Amino acid sequence: MSNYPLLSLAIWIPIGAGLLVLMTGGDRNAPLARMLALAGAVAGFLVTVPLWLGFDVSQGGMQFVELANWIPRFNINYHLGVDGISMLFVVLNAFITIIVVAAGWEVIQNKVAQYMAAFLIMSGLMNGIFSSLDGILFYVFFEASLIPLYLIIGVWGGANRVYAAFKFFLYTLFGSLLFLLALMYLFFQSGGSFSILDWHKLPIELTPQIWVFLAFLIAFAVKVPMWPVHTWLPDAHVEAPTGGSIVLAAIGLKLGAYGFLRFSLPIAPDASQELAGFIIVLSLIAVVYIGFVALIQADMKKLVAYSSIAHMGFVTLGFFMFSALAIEGALVQMISHGFVSGAMFFCIGVMYDRVHSRQIADYGGVVNTMPKFAALFMLFTMANAGLPATSGFVGEFMVILAAVEFNFWVAVLAASSLIMGAAYSLWMYKRVIFGAVANKHVEELTDINGREFAILAVLAICTLWMGLYPQVFTEVMHASVNDLLRHVAVSKIH
Amino acid sequence: MDMKSLYLLVPLAPLVGAIIAGLFCRIIPRWVAHTATIAGVGIAFAASVVIFMDVMAGNTFNGTVYTWLTSGTYTFEVGFLIDTLTATMMLVVTSVSLMVHIYTIGYMQEDPGYNRFFSYISLFTFSMLMLVMANNFMQLFFGWEAVGLVSYLLIGFWYTRPTAIFANIKAFLVNRVGDFGFILGIGLVLAHFGTLDYATVFAKAPEFANATINIWGDQEWSLMTVTCICLFIGAMGKSAQVPLHVWLPDSMEGPTPISALIHAATMVTAGIFMVARTSPLFELSTTALSFVIVIGAITALFMGFLGIIQNDIKRVVAYSTLSQLGYMTVALGASAYSVAIFHLMTHAFFKALLFLAAGSVIIGMHHDQDIRNMGGLRKYMPITWITSLIGSLALIGTPFLSGFYSKDSIIEAVKFSDIPGAGFAYFAVLAGVFVTAFYSFRMYFLVFHGEERFGKDDHGHGHDDHGDDHHHGLAPGQKPHETPWVVTLPLVLLAIPSVIVGYIAVGPMLAGDYFKDVIYVDQAAHPALATFLSTFHGAAAMGMHAFVTPAFYLAFGGVALSWFFYMKRPDIPAAIQRRFSGINTLLENKYYFDKINEFVFAGGARVLGKALWRGGDVGLIDGLIVNGSARLVGWVSSISRLFQTGFVYHYAFAMIIGLIALMTLWLNRA
Repeated sequence: MSNYPLLSLAIWIPIGAGLLVLMTGGDRNAPLARMLALAGAVAGFLVTVPLWLGFDVSQGGMQFVELANWIPRFNINYHLGVDGISMLFVVLNAFITIIVVAAGWEVIQNKVAQYMAAFLIMSGLMNGIFSSLDGILFYVFFEASLIPLYLIIGVWGGANRVYAAFKFFLYTLFGSLLFLLALMYLFFQSGGSFSILDWHKLPIELTPQIWVFLAFLIAFAVKVPMWPVHTWLPDAHVEAPTGGSIVLAAIGLKLGAYGFLRFSLPIAPDASQELAGFIIVLSLIAVVYIGFVALIQADMKKLVAYSSIAHMGFVTLGFFMFSALAIEGALVQMISHGFVSGAMFFCIGVMYDRVHSRQIADYGGVVNTMPKFAALFMLFTMANAGLPATSGFVGEFMVILAAVEFNFWVAVLAASSLIMGAAYSLWMYKRVIFGAVANKHVEELTDINGREFAILAVLAICTLWMGLYPQVFTEVMHASVNDLLRHVAVSKIH
Repeated sequence: MDMKSLYLLVPLAPLVGAIIAGLFCRIIPRWVAHTATIAGVGIAFAASVVIFMDVMAGNTFNGTVYTWLTSGTYTFEVGFLIDTLTATMMLVVTSVSLMVHIYTIGYMQEDPGYNRFFSYISLFTFSMLMLVMANNFMQLFFGWEAVGLVSYLLIGFWYTRPTAIFANIKAFLVNRVGDFGFILGIGLVLAHFGTLDYATVFAKAPEFANATINIWGDQEWSLMTVTCICLFIGAMGKSAQVPLHVWLPDSMEGPTPISALIHAATMVTAGIFMVARTSPLFELSTTALSFVIVIGAITALFMGFLGIIQNDIKRVVAYSTLSQLGYMTVALGASAYSVAIFHLMTHAFFKALLFLAAGSVIIGMHHDQDIRNMGGLRKYMPITWITSLIGSLALIGTPFLSGFYSKDSIIEAVKFSDIPGAGFAYFAVLAGVFVTAFYSFRMYFLVFHGEERFGKDDHGHGHDDHGDDHHHGLAPGQKPHETPWVVTLPLVLLAIPSVIVGYIAVGPMLAGDYFKDVIYVDQAAHPALATFLSTFHGAAAMGMHAFVTPAFYLAFGGVALSWFFYMKRPDIPAAIQRRFSGINTLLENKYYFDKINEFVFAGGARVLGKALWRGGDVGLIDGLIVNGSARLVGWVSSISRLFQTGFVYHYAFAMIIGLIALMTLWLNRA
């Protein structure tokens, strides 16, 4: 199995399929474009399955490594590989791609080929991010992946899409410029290497470490997004089409968080320890402050977007407590958030497609006309509130427990999400789903069709599977996370 | 079949029933739903009986079903601990659940959500069983939240009623406040013991008796005190102790069968069970026990007062439940864990009986729940009448009935307790006896005796606002009728244990070594129960002795006074209400807990959210920083735009692709 360049396939199959879909041209050939896109997404997913099945859980280092010269003059290589931290995200990303292709199936009627192609190309680029072991290769994928998402929001988005797309683009561009500077610094410091793994071993003094860390921080914090550079996310979500929101939430936000583990912690361990308190404070603000902000949102997408920020707060919190339970909890939270927020955005999309409103006030009593939908939406709402037996519980539970060990008051603030998460999730659910039929639009709703049911059912199975048996997800992480922790514990200052 | 498979069968049988009835609720006919779920719960009950016998024969079990998660040095498992405490809870849960399942056939027969309802109550049974059978804190928390979910679904079962969907979110959120403390307690256990497995934690507990943690500044707190109080906050939510009790009366919005099963007999006692289960931890902190006993005493007495002024039949029983949960909590605080579990068990039977009987009355009254519209029902509903009387007598502690043994044991144990707060608790539980007897028989007399007040035109207090299509109350001239056998059979079957279970169990459960090795009491520090038991000479003697205790006369006085007030001189209560209108207003507003919560917490959270959003996100971050920079850029670009087409993504895409291609080609050539 591992003789095949699986990671290259995972990157280039979706991109190739995307280009192929583009060639089908105008909307006359939309059915063909859809079928091709689905085939490409499924093929892209299938090549990632052996990554998981063939993964050696006892090994913490890189697996499925591919190495080729790209630009020898600057020692830039096409260097791929995954470890226990990144592997699941490649699989998750490929999986979510199928979901978004299916989610846009009959909803998107305008520029179908371009829409599908954008998602496929983005999927390939994101796989590139998760598997790059070369700094420049990573940077290229990291930046390139912005473009399809930018297009998705800007072309298929809502009324205010231009503002949202600009905001998104500028925010993230701002961060990535500093990131590039940091990469250049590391290149010269390491005596001419762009290998991320070399950088891990590179000794750096504390002051430059802190500068490198801060440069990384700005790039990644915007992506996560961390408070206070989060305000692009609600706008981007609100304006993005359903598929865009799903990818953004499920994968897009994970890129920044992943960056912390691949770059910040191992390259600047001393600075990470030094500034951990600062990151933890920002994370707790995200959890608490954003919880309150989410509570009063009138727009469902904004509400879920804010809840995403709060959930990602758990991720960054987990990373900087430097314990296996915390980091694995954060990783579990990232994957779970992929399922749950993806499903939440899809649920909102299902209602939006019918009523053309995202305002909570325009709904009420949806359960009367869409009982099947209401049941599934309930599951994801509860998962969003962190109910045990759903995936949403596992990561929060792990991070909160690790936080008690770390510092009691950090845990108190983190655990407040138990209350706030339930409050904003269930209050929205109550106003939208329960009650008597509120208006003519709700009365005319039709329950979910087979396609929508299939998407939600698959996500529901994932959510429950991860909630009931998270061990299959965490066992691949152990070796790599333990290696990382050992690495971070050793000072790089000489 | 080996025992381990049998243990698995107990929770899984109801789960299978719930899945059949739930996933296919829109396809299958009603008989399939109730047959499947009743079969599931029936199997669970039968298996529980077998397991109980096996446990009594001395075969306990503590083992893992599967490893849920490993991380770092920690292992989280799903597993079962089967001992006498678990076996008792399993019997209580499955037997009451079985009765409620049967009862539901009659109670819900006109409801369109019939199949869904059966699915929920079976799912509840599964969750509750997972909770009581757990051998670790993680699974306990799992079951804990899962029963909360089902409670939420069932309170909001009639989801078009505004009051129901308000009550269910309130219940969930108040419980989450409790869980907030609970998870911190679990975290403290994990952080210091390195595991969540009960057996390991309890074995290690004595080592931590004097351990301290630094919570704030230089203050050192006893680790066990902090841990136990955190855990107990969880119990306060689930078992509805003041001030987290506010959800339970509102939970009466749910259909009556679940009020009996979830909000009286089983789920609300989960907190009591949890504290009893973790007795080796609580025993290490007298401070925590004091906290427990004071909270319990407040709940027992002050919630009882509220029962006096309720006119909704279900709400009277609900406040009675609150008060009785307070009694159990007081027992826990007095280190009389076995007595708390004993009262939990007897209460489960007689309170389920009282709720189901109330439900039977509600059916008979055509969904009028106001006791002021009832009266004289004993003629029309004889079985409901007799069983209600039995339940009420058991509740108030009539000698030789089940409630007597458990409640009197609590009072006696508290009397001998000397931890701080025990004096107040003793007063509260003793005064509570009078209050309990008074409100119970007030309801009993108003419902079953006296003038027939139904069938008048002006009925329907309190329930008109529900807006569903049930017609409420009896039409003029219409008479109530006894309910069908599926409703009355569970009443009779629950009346039996309500009478006898106390007499049978008091000896072995309290004085015997039934809970030996299961519940730990530090005899030297907390000798209250042992002191009481040294005077115990069997169930019969205890029953005879009752006639010289103050509790008996207080209960008798309560019944007598309610008879005088509501049968003889109904003008007196009205006069008292007028005379003491201040107190009446306080009680009618339930001590203003709801108003404070709504204003301070719910309102405050919304105001804070708005302030943070408008001030922080929209004002400061977006308004000043982001859009400010954007305006600056906009101004610059308004000049440079003259040269360009204006589609930034064109440029970006071209730029990146071009850059990669150029770099690759040009640099490789060189």
